[in-house]
Amino acid sequence: MSKKMHIKLNVNGKDEEFLAEPRELLIYTLRERLNITGPHIGCETSHCGACTVTIDGKSVKSCTMFAAQADGAEITTIEGIGNPDDLHPLQTAFKEHHGLQCGYCTPGMITRATKLLEENPTPTEEEIRFGMAGNICRCTGYQNIIKSIQAAAAEMNAAKEAAE
Amino acid sequence: MKDEITREERVDNLKGMGCSRKRVEDARFTQGKGNYVDDIKLDGMLFGDFVRSPYAHARIKSIDTAAALEVPGVLAVLTAADLEPLGLHWMPTLAGDKQMVLADGKVLFQGQEVAYVVAEDRYAAADGIEAVEVEYDELPVIVNPFESLKSDVVLREDLVAEDGSIPDGAHGPRKHPNHIFTWEAGDKDPTEEVIANAEVVATESMYYHRTHPCPLETCGCVASMDKVNGKLTLWGTFQAPHAIRTVVSLISGIEEHNIRVISPDIGGGFGNKVGAYPGYVCSVVASIVTGKPVKWIEDRMDNLMTTAFARDYHMTGKIAATPEGKITGLQCHVTADHGGFDACADPTKFPAGFMNICTGSYDIPTAHLSVDGVYTNKAPGGVSYRCSFRVTEAVYFIERMIEVLAIKLDMDAAELRRINFIKKEQFPYTAALGWEYDSGDYHTAWDKALKTVDYEGLRAEQAQRVEDFKAGKTRKLMGIGLSFFTEIVGAGPVKNCDILGLGMFDSCEIRIHPTGSAIARLGTISQGQGHATTFAQILASEIGLPADSITIEEGDTDTAPYGLGTYGSRSTPVAGAATAMAGRKIRAKAQMIAAYLLEVHDNDVEFDVDRFVVKGAPEKFKTMKEIAFAAYNQAIPGIEPGLEAVSYYDPPNMTYPFGAYVCVMDIDVDTGVPEIRRFYALDDCGTRINPMIIEGQVHGGLTEALAVALGQEIAYDDMGNVKTGTLMDFFLPTAWEVPNYETDFTVTPSPHHPIGAKGVGESPHVGGVPCFSNAVQDAFRPFGNTHTNMPHDHWRIWRTANELGLHG
Repeated sequence: MSKKMHIKLNVNGKDEEFLAEPRELLIYTLRERLNITGPHIGCETSHCGACTVTIDGKSVKSCTMFAAQADGAEITTIEGIGNPDDLHPLQTAFKEHHGLQCGYCTPGMITRATKLLEENPTPTEEEIRFGMAGNICRCTGYQNIIKSIQAAAAEMNAAKEAAE
Repeated sequence: MKDEITREERVDNLKGMGCSRKRVEDARFTQGKGNYVDDIKLDGMLFGDFVRSPYAHARIKSIDTAAALEVPGVLAVLTAADLEPLGLHWMPTLAGDKQMVLADGKVLFQGQEVAYVVAEDRYAAADGIEAVEVEYDELPVIVNPFESLKSDVVLREDLVAEDGSIPDGAHGPRKHPNHIFTWEAGDKDPTEEVIANAEVVATESMYYHRTHPCPLETCGCVASMDKVNGKLTLWGTFQAPHAIRTVVSLISGIEEHNIRVISPDIGGGFGNKVGAYPGYVCSVVASIVTGKPVKWIEDRMDNLMTTAFARDYHMTGKIAATPEGKITGLQCHVTADHGGFDACADPTKFPAGFMNICTGSYDIPTAHLSVDGVYTNKAPGGVSYRCSFRVTEAVYFIERMIEVLAIKLDMDAAELRRINFIKKEQFPYTAALGWEYDSGDYHTAWDKALKTVDYEGLRAEQAQRVEDFKAGKTRKLMGIGLSFFTEIVGAGPVKNCDILGLGMFDSCEIRIHPTGSAIARLGTISQGQGHATTFAQILASEIGLPADSITIEEGDTDTAPYGLGTYGSRSTPVAGAATAMAGRKIRAKAQMIAAYLLEVHDNDVEFDVDRFVVKGAPEKFKTMKEIAFAAYNQAIPGIEPGLEAVSYYDPPNMTYPFGAYVCVMDIDVDTGVPEIRRFYALDDCGTRINPMIIEGQVHGGLTEALAVALGQEIAYDDMGNVKTGTLMDFFLPTAWEVPNYETDFTVTPSPHHPIGAKGVGESPHVGGVPCFSNAVQDAFRPFGNTHTNMPHDHWRIWRTANELGLHG
């Protein structure tokens, strides 16, 4: 065991401060230390994306990043994306278009999709497939995930137009 | 009373069977509020993890745990020596064999559990694992079942008598120390005679490679022994929580009423979570020893290397036919690699599962199947990965044999299928290998499929492509993959289906609340199938209360009625039937209450959507909501208060879903990359409960089929090292590799199921694997290919092209 490090994070708008071993993985920090259990562990090798969170505006797989590497970062998890009274359009669309089954990949999938739509508000199907290829789903075959993301994009663009 | 809405609106309000009701599960999952086993946190909870064997076959000379016990945060290290006094160093498998919980003197596969380290957290457990010193003596490794049957190396000394003789196994005589069983179905001599005298015989050997269900969530559990109350609570990723409770009771001696097993949300199962694993046993023991809750969660390598592989069947077939293509006989032999322990998850009487459905959808008068199970130095398992007990292997076998026969006959494979299908009027049909198919209309489904994809047009295009290829105008070949499958699901009738002696019935218990809402509990457990949504739909239609007013609860053995769980597409065929039958009991009582309230005789009222009406006077009625209130709050002579029912359903037969799939693929012969241009899937699962969920199941099952056919495997080297232990090497398709699927259906209800439903979750996997494989093989058929083994990854496709001389 080595010396603990002093780490500060802002997770879903809340400041967190703690001492952790250098080897502590960010997913462990989130799930075990902060009780944020939306992000899941699926592979521990960055392949499956179940642990996807947003760190300083980028989609990151939190299973292969040390908490220490995230020191000072702003982190958003699925818990920070919507709430029961104000769901994100992606959360609504995934339900409406049957974009999930067992639900294990869903938090990472939706978290990644929020960034995809920020980066590209009008993605083609091909761009969605490419942009979501870092998140594995074992249940849906992706077809309805694509549909959900397309529907959310349309919804978000319509809302944006209406606001302008 | 005036009826304010139309009958149609009343039907819609129920959201019953046949509508694409949105899933009630989704709110929590889309908001990160699922409750999976790794989300469970209890006061003082410890974490357990395994020291695993780096060797595939070795004697253990010593295990030194002293240094590990000095590691900060490590509380205990369990070895077989610690478990032996409790009789828990070995445990029974589902297949009637036994398996080491922790290595007892030797290890039989890489990754085998050697010691269990209990620590305050995962990091301390990992440090503890590093500090355990195990001294091994390597033994010769056998990874090939054919070599195993010839080898002098005895893998399981515990299964050889002191005088060197070989005692019978759980499934009869064994012919070699490494042999597990021989299982036969059908008639050997008549089949051999038909084949010997046939004008046309096609022969093929094929290897259905080892793979793994690999759900996104790995296996895990939390064991909590409450020493004050003497109660053990075990949360875990269990596809069969009641069976786990009974098994835990039998092997631990804890009375069953003192064990509560809970399956929380499960992140996919696909067969991986049916069995009982050493992690469960060690966690329970560790909780008893430490007096604290103990969590065990596999990492991905543990999962791929040690829990529940699937397939690994070496199959040889002979198919006999007339020159016109009428099949007259079929013979199949399987050498089944079961790994170091026989931990197959099959009904007791079927050590090779339902492999004897391998005559497929065809009217084959004579057939014979024999299967030899063999021990090797590979991980134990042999679960049904998204299928019902080896049906995937059976369907792959027959759908390849049909293609091979078509080549031999120089016939179109679609036509060959058509002339051999079991005809609609032959149902119920008893197959040569013994099963009674309940219903089917194969010709209609096949014709619909071929017409939709313009099969003749595709063949013409393919012929042109071959011409263009030969003329150097293209480097891409075109493959048309066909498959027509019949599954056998819904295990099953207790008279011939049990696991470890537990009959494979299932159950549903319903309580109607006074205000007209309800809770129903079942013996099954969803792992993504959407039971909370669809079972409420069955009930809504049966009892006339809205699905939105019905809570479905599964997975808690303290509250749910006993059932054998969810796998083998058995939830709808068995628990779904129990649900309908329990609903009908509710309705029968409601009828008496309604008659009393309406002051008429019981037989003078009839059920109509959401109410009982007086026959011939529909303006006189009582809604189910009103009846529910009266059931609790009105004294009715001769009728007990309350409105509850329970049904335990022992199905009279299996159900036999079927389907017709077509895949169109372009293959680049220089890179070996297949591009799926089109995939059409017609499924007939009988009565359709929720079309949206059916389609979702089809998309998912096809994608798992694509994975298995085109790249996913658990591969070993000659030393027994697992070469595919992470998702870097083990192929899980991403959105980038997966096509859009076209889904279609016909409806041929099951005649014996109360609502006519047959089950659908596994069909696309069962039918999809041969369809993808046939597409690859069909592309090379014009160049002399008859069969190549899966998985058809880019390298193997390239190699096929190379061997056929297509690289110039």
